[in-house]
Amino acid sequence: MSDLLQELETLKDEARSGLDRADNRPLLQAWHAEFLGRRGRLAQLMRRLGEVPPTERASAGRVANEVKNRLEESFEARQSQVQRRELEATLEAERVDVTLPGRPVDLGKLHPVTRVLRDICCIFGGMGFQIFDGPEVETDEYNFELLNMPPGHPARDMWDTFYTTTPNLILRTHTSPGQIYAMRAHAPGPLRTILPGKCYRYEQVTARSEMMFHQVEGIAVGENIRFSDLKGVLTGFADEIFGTGRQLRFRKSYFPFTEPSVEVDVSCILCGGSGCFLCKQSGWLEILGAGMVHPRVLRFGGYDPAKVSGFAFGMGPERIALLKYGIGDIRYLFSNDVRFLETIRY
Amino acid sequence: MRVPISWLKDYVDLYEPIEVLAERLTLAGLEVEAVDRHGDAEILEIATTADLSRCMSVIGIAREVAALTGERVRLPAGSAQELPDDASAFEVEIADPHLCNRYIGALVRDVTLGESPGWMCQRLREAGLQSINNLVDITNYVMLEYGQPLHAFDHDLLVKRAAGSGRPQPLIRVRAAEPGERITTLDEVERTLNERILLITDSAGPLGIAGIMGGLESGIQDSTRNVLLEAATFNGIAVRQAAQQLRLHTEASSRFSRGVPATLNALAVGRALDLFERYAGGRPAAIVDRYPEPQRPRVAYIAPSEVRRQLGIEVDLAGIVSLLERLEFQVETVDGGALPTDAGEATLGLRVEPGEPVLRCTAPWYRLDVELPADLTEEVARMIGYASIPPARLAEILPPPEHNEALETEERLRDLLVGCGLQEHINYSLTTVENHEKLGVAPEDREQFIILSNPLTANRRVLRRSLLVSAVEALPYNLRYNGRERSFEIGRVYLPEQGDGIRPREERRLSLLLTGPRRRGSVHPDPEAAGAMDFFDLKGILEAVLDAEGWRSKTEFVPCSGEPVFGPRCAEIRGPDGRIGVLGELHPAVAERFDLAGRRICLAELLIEPLVKGSWRVEVVPPLSNYPPVVEDLAFVVREEVTAHDLAVVIRRAGGALLAGLELFDVYRGDSLPPGMKSLAFQLTFQGLESTPGDAEVSALRRGIEEAVAAAVDGKLRA
Repeated sequence: MSDLLQELETLKDEARSGLDRADNRPLLQAWHAEFLGRRGRLAQLMRRLGEVPPTERASAGRVANEVKNRLEESFEARQSQVQRRELEATLEAERVDVTLPGRPVDLGKLHPVTRVLRDICCIFGGMGFQIFDGPEVETDEYNFELLNMPPGHPARDMWDTFYTTTPNLILRTHTSPGQIYAMRAHAPGPLRTILPGKCYRYEQVTARSEMMFHQVEGIAVGENIRFSDLKGVLTGFADEIFGTGRQLRFRKSYFPFTEPSVEVDVSCILCGGSGCFLCKQSGWLEILGAGMVHPRVLRFGGYDPAKVSGFAFGMGPERIALLKYGIGDIRYLFSNDVRFLETIRY
Repeated sequence: MRVPISWLKDYVDLYEPIEVLAERLTLAGLEVEAVDRHGDAEILEIATTADLSRCMSVIGIAREVAALTGERVRLPAGSAQELPDDASAFEVEIADPHLCNRYIGALVRDVTLGESPGWMCQRLREAGLQSINNLVDITNYVMLEYGQPLHAFDHDLLVKRAAGSGRPQPLIRVRAAEPGERITTLDEVERTLNERILLITDSAGPLGIAGIMGGLESGIQDSTRNVLLEAATFNGIAVRQAAQQLRLHTEASSRFSRGVPATLNALAVGRALDLFERYAGGRPAAIVDRYPEPQRPRVAYIAPSEVRRQLGIEVDLAGIVSLLERLEFQVETVDGGALPTDAGEATLGLRVEPGEPVLRCTAPWYRLDVELPADLTEEVARMIGYASIPPARLAEILPPPEHNEALETEERLRDLLVGCGLQEHINYSLTTVENHEKLGVAPEDREQFIILSNPLTANRRVLRRSLLVSAVEALPYNLRYNGRERSFEIGRVYLPEQGDGIRPREERRLSLLLTGPRRRGSVHPDPEAAGAMDFFDLKGILEAVLDAEGWRSKTEFVPCSGEPVFGPRCAEIRGPDGRIGVLGELHPAVAERFDLAGRRICLAELLIEPLVKGSWRVEVVPPLSNYPPVVEDLAFVVREEVTAHDLAVVIRRAGGALLAGLELFDVYRGDSLPPGMKSLAFQLTFQGLESTPGDAEVSALRRGIEEAVAAAVDGKLRA
């Protein structure tokens, strides 16, 4: 074995142990320059290949190349190992206490009544009801007379009314006047509409009643509209808004603008009907009033009651919001107390 | 209505547990709100709707129970007394039969005033009335039993009053009050009357307010020996309006205002005379019955096909007959083809199939609520039970689809604003003129407010003309708990001067409010968080919303002064057809008036109507260029009064089609500039759709821009 081969072997061993000691990038670069650089020690050895006798030159060259390739491989491996370690160290230095709070974001929210109104409109929209809206400041004629309550009618006592200093101009006590507008816009054709909006009543503001609130009125008129259809529509609605499996109870009631008239109760959404504080032990929650449109009202709306029939219903989104969000006091809704609005969950 | 079960059992047999009965009544329209139990007593508390005048009595409830359970009603003895019509002891005169279509006076002689029997006291107590003496108690007892309010006069006193005005016997006259006439009622209140109030009078003056309350002077006294009993039917509308005017609502007025059938007058008198005889030793002496307009029977028609059409269930002819007969209707079958043409509402809305027999139904005398076929449909439905009507899937044809574009726009705006991190508020539409004045948005003409004539509270008496009033007046309350608010409201304002001549115009608007630190504080360092939100925080939100709505390029923010609401940081938003909104920082003087001094409050109010869009609209997205842009920064020095907008308009015009982007990135004022001058630095992006702009092209454009700026606003490139 020539001296050169011996030197190659020694170089390889030195390089190997040098590489093990190079544990950062500058040392690695220095190592690379020392052993594998253009003027490095391996290059210098290889330049001396000419001194080798011609018969051995080829095999010596092979050995030298072999050493070079091996060292390059070792260098690559070592380099990526060092880089990985350095990255890990950097990341480690950035470790945080993940239990610290995040940076606050302003999350806007819809008012709970808007949310319920949207739910209601969406459900009835799916059943083909179009959305109408009418004026909040109404005439006595639209709020009462055209709804079958001529002046002095005892049913007027059902709605405590805000009057204005303009004679016969009042704040609507319900969204029902919208029925007249909707009918007149569609008569004699079919009608299927809901009318959301604000209403006002001359009522002391308490945990259970407000002077201002919303209602959603619904009305369908056509040649083949029956009470059984009303039941079907309202059952579908209750399933959607309160969850499937609720029981509905229809009991006879009285509204001047519907005949027959019913009050509709849903089985208590809290106890399921066995009786609790929410339903006042009755098992039922009153959610809406409904009925078949009174023939006189159909006529006021421009229809012939012998040709068409219709149903109508009215509900209070505040009431549904109170139930849905477990709010105990209706006054929270319009106080717009940020603490309250922020606690409303979707 | 409180109904003691033991009393109810006098008239109908009850075989069901109370809970079952209560449920049955509730489903049929007599809502049992509670079963009140104390001791052995069980009392149903029943809410009666306005159509249930017949159920404001124990017998009325008994009739319902009988109809629902298939039992029969037993009426009490003494219901039919035969006495001669005798006008020698007193006379009765009715001025207007429309206001009083029956008045029965009955004279009972030689009564002994004393205590009522124990059972009567107990029943009255259980029903919610105090026992007074046997004479008064009997009138109350019969009212609760039959539903007929009765009144008892001291006859001797009436005779004395008649003598005082030169008459041999009393003349009871039912007439309207004269304006200014006065009476002291049984509750010892002197009341001033007017011509819309119906009175019971004699020759000496008022004796009582018809259907509401008797007078103090002529009522039962300790010395009363002879009683003149009154049973009448007064016009319900007149009684209701008088009770409202006088704010005097009594057991009597609540019954009369819903309707008391005239037939009942005689039944009640008979029953009362019987009780006077038994429990006060009184002797019926004379009756005067004035009945100028006899009660007409109520008739309506119904047919099985109509029941099917309205309810969606099959009930045959015999079925309907049996249900209605349980309710004491008289039913006869008539030929559907030969209905009377003058039946009026009795056939309103009735659709009869050819050849179908129709039922002519006469309501029992105590039913004043039956007027048309629909009333009979309801009777059928509630007797069968609403639970037995199966729900159906609505199969009727739909009207043509129609969008509510205004409401859709409101919902879109809500979503955008919630996306900007604003909380939605719903405020009261009712506020005060004073708050409009404090904000500086009150019109000089008070006629431009909708003013309540019966406000509930002093701070809610007019409808708002500006959403800003609502936003500002609600703010101090919230700031007590929270130093920060980012909110919006979508609602209406009420403008009578723009109305239809009757109703005001209800204009849809949007308001925004920002106040407090820009961001909520946190453990993480954020130097900008503590700064108060200002004009530009608000403007940024509006720009984002207008941009999303496709309005960014159609609107401009124009400096605006003379708005009393705002300080100098105020702009109006101008669209193609004029002003669509205003934004600014609340003037400190205004803030102080609302106890908001020392706080930066940013407010905006926008019209929604201009933003309403049709459901289909073409909005072409501009093509994107695939060629690299040439980006240049240019800073111009201009006078202070030149706005960023003015300068941008000039640059954009001179830049032409190749100027694809223009962004203001720096505003500088300082020592290196002459006083009264500022530097505005823009980044200009030149980009072509067909090729990359060449150097020569760009520098020509740049020169053109420099010249235009110099010419238009006297601006120079900053050295």
